[in-house]
Amino acid sequence: MGFKAKQLCKLALGPVLLFMSVSAMAAGGEASSMNMTPGVTELGREIYDLHMIILWICVAIGVAVFGVMFYSIIFHRKSRGVTPATFHESTTVEIAWTVVPFFILIAMAVPATTTLLTLYDTDDAELDILITGYQWKWKYEYLNEEGENVSFFSNLRTPQAEIYNDESKGEYYLLEVDEPLVLPVNTKVRFLVTANDVIHSWWVPALAVKRDAIPGFINETWARPTEQGIYRGQCSELCGKSHGFMPIVVNVVSKEQYGQWIAAKQTEASEVKQLTSQDFTLDELMVRGESVYDTSCLACHGGKGEGGVGNAIAGSPVATGDVNAHLEIGINGVPGTSMQAFGGQLSDVDMAAVITYQRNAFGNNMGDSLQPVDVYNYKKG
Amino acid sequence: MDDHHHGPAKGLSRWLFTTNHKDIGTMYLWFSFSMFFLGGFFAMIIRAELFQPGMQLIEPAFFNQMTTLHGLIMVFGAIMPSFVGLANWMIPLMIGAPDMALPRMNNWSFWILPPAFLLLASTLFMEGGAPAAGWTFYAPLSTTYAAPSVTYFIFCIHVLGLSSIMGSINIIATVMNMRAPGMTYMKMPLFVWTWLITAFLLVAVMPVLAGAVTMMLMDVHFGTSFFSAAGGGDPVLFQHIFWFFGHPEVYIIILPAFGVVSQIIPAFSRKRLFGYDSMVYATASIAFLSFIVWAHHMYTVGMPIAGELFFMYATMLIAVPTGVKVFNWISTMWRGALSFETPMLFSIGFLVLFTIGGFTGLMLSIAPADFQYHDSYFVVAHFHYVMVAGAVFSMTAAIYFWLPKWCGRMYNETMGKTHFWISFVGFNLAFFPQHFVGLAGMPRRIPDYALQFADFNMMSSIGAFVYGASQLLFLYNVVATIVAGEQVSDEKVWDGAEGLEWTLPTPVPYHTFETPPLVR
Repeated sequence: MGFKAKQLCKLALGPVLLFMSVSAMAAGGEASSMNMTPGVTELGREIYDLHMIILWICVAIGVAVFGVMFYSIIFHRKSRGVTPATFHESTTVEIAWTVVPFFILIAMAVPATTTLLTLYDTDDAELDILITGYQWKWKYEYLNEEGENVSFFSNLRTPQAEIYNDESKGEYYLLEVDEPLVLPVNTKVRFLVTANDVIHSWWVPALAVKRDAIPGFINETWARPTEQGIYRGQCSELCGKSHGFMPIVVNVVSKEQYGQWIAAKQTEASEVKQLTSQDFTLDELMVRGESVYDTSCLACHGGKGEGGVGNAIAGSPVATGDVNAHLEIGINGVPGTSMQAFGGQLSDVDMAAVITYQRNAFGNNMGDSLQPVDVYNYKKG
Repeated sequence: MDDHHHGPAKGLSRWLFTTNHKDIGTMYLWFSFSMFFLGGFFAMIIRAELFQPGMQLIEPAFFNQMTTLHGLIMVFGAIMPSFVGLANWMIPLMIGAPDMALPRMNNWSFWILPPAFLLLASTLFMEGGAPAAGWTFYAPLSTTYAAPSVTYFIFCIHVLGLSSIMGSINIIATVMNMRAPGMTYMKMPLFVWTWLITAFLLVAVMPVLAGAVTMMLMDVHFGTSFFSAAGGGDPVLFQHIFWFFGHPEVYIIILPAFGVVSQIIPAFSRKRLFGYDSMVYATASIAFLSFIVWAHHMYTVGMPIAGELFFMYATMLIAVPTGVKVFNWISTMWRGALSFETPMLFSIGFLVLFTIGGFTGLMLSIAPADFQYHDSYFVVAHFHYVMVAGAVFSMTAAIYFWLPKWCGRMYNETMGKTHFWISFVGFNLAFFPQHFVGLAGMPRRIPDYALQFADFNMMSSIGAFVYGASQLLFLYNVVATIVAGEQVSDEKVWDGAEGLEWTLPTPVPYHTFETPPLVR
């Protein structure tokens, strides 16, 4: 993980040269490790151009201002025996350097305004997706597809072992999820962004989208990706402990692939419904429960149920007490704490499995189990 | 008449009960210096964790406590009190007053600070840990979802606000009433002007911050829902209130810094400040504009487009008076007879790096582009260029500039220059690469990051360690100067320095200007 010698040299050459090399790299079109990405949307390219224009104007002004300053530093030194001048005001000059910047600013404001108007134009979207931020995952719901409602959570896939340096880190360390958001290419997608608990912010640089996800309010934004591919982003508003661990992955596919994918998701959704009416053995529940635990519980309750932000599961009075009280906490959470209500987040099958798992893992040998139908009935009251 | 000429009291009671502006100024400066090291220590922990990808030293929850406390302590504990300390020392000397107008309140405004920060630091040892919602503590993360220590934090903010308001009232009263005969407003040194305007900003916005934290207190303990949509409130309301305080706050930090360099650059250019009048008007314009730009911190919260445009245009306008200031400083240097003692080096460092921070500020003001910059490391880089290279560099310059006057001993110039160059290189190594990772997509306030950000983060950490270490040299130089520096007795320690403070004996006696000087 040492320095790249090239980068170190660049740093030594100073800011201006750096910015030059940045723009040269970005001109290639690929995502740069030093500059804003133009991304894969028309709006993104517009924002990138705006960014570069302003940057170059600043560099030009900087060169002029620092040029004068360094000229002075070199030639107007006391050690060269100069006598200081005595002037200390000039109305003409002062008016000039008040008025000229004003016009430069107007020149900047014009393209900025047009781009902003485009950014706010969410009309004529072909697809609506509701994005909900949770501590610490994203939920995506496809709103206007016909048939079964498609919605799912997107969790960090990077294992704890990589984060804690027990295993070597993969290429997309911290930028990989179990289930990406899938979008059709060349389609104007409107994102409705909200949150379930605290404020989050949904940021995908390549789509030039960043919107705060605010609990109780719905924000709108949009993107129309023109190239297929996988684009990665992160939550960008501090949202608590695992703020750095709730990435966003967007998979932009052809319209045909999208059609197949949404159909498959709809089939899957109806299958989960059917599973609710089935009975499972304790072993089946334990296997399923472990994977649910790892994605939904582990961040707070620890890999061995030892606790952390949340209480310990191992030997806890809840996990070794009345099963319905345990289920109640799973479904409705504990208000005023960071224990969320998982009733709306997990299917009845997953809820039954994870409660069973918690009661029979980490040395909690309760031996009892829940079936999906129990969860279903409990929710019904 | 004997009591007019008594020296300082002996022992602890001198400091506890003092009403002398110099003693109080000294206490403010030492207090802020110690807070600077505490906040800096937290920064070192942050940079150590970010040295490599992966979690190595601390846990994510503790990382958030560190970023939060680093920000709060640096802003409220280090930078603000340091400039209040400087104001205490210098304003009476610069306007020819014997002391501050309200000396007992002056004592109070200092002495409530240490307990407030003790309270804040003690939250680290409380159950659930210290506040962890960032120095901007957005609700509901800072209310419903906060650790119990948030209540102590709220009380701390109340006390800090009280201290700032008392300090500002004192400065306003002093400047308005205690100027020496002939010292008209337009003859005041620029440092006095910038502080007068800063004091008005403080009086205007600290109560707003107090209101915000009181509403948080209500939400946490008394069942209100100011910031919770479920009860009819609005989390975004918090941000509006916070930034209505927060934006003027950044000018509260930077205006006195402007004042300092406006004293130092003419001294080492041996030439009068260029465009004094326009400097005063530019400062006032910046202060006015600071009240109508707050929502540029909130471009992504989903404001209506009209609001978005208003805040963008108003923010861009700030570039005009800020530009005037930079141009004036450079014109002051132009055709002067420059020499580069440590205070001048830090002032030039300020000028260059603050201007870079100003450029990135202009970029951030462009709303559509800000959708990509917002909450990324680009912002972190921007405000450290303004806060550290702006406020802290100018404060450092001020210490080197006036310390010989205060204690009658000269600091070690070689060590001072070494301090500058290590600071300058360390600072840029720490913060320049943060522009790149921010633009490339690294969000701020994350304890761990993706692999493509690794090289620049390692550079950044090394730079931060270098910058941090160079401050130990500063501390050593200051202590060594006070204890055993070479004695100076010239009234004008610096040949180019102008102003009433340089007409006093060196070191400055305990009581000064008991009879007001006459200003021509």
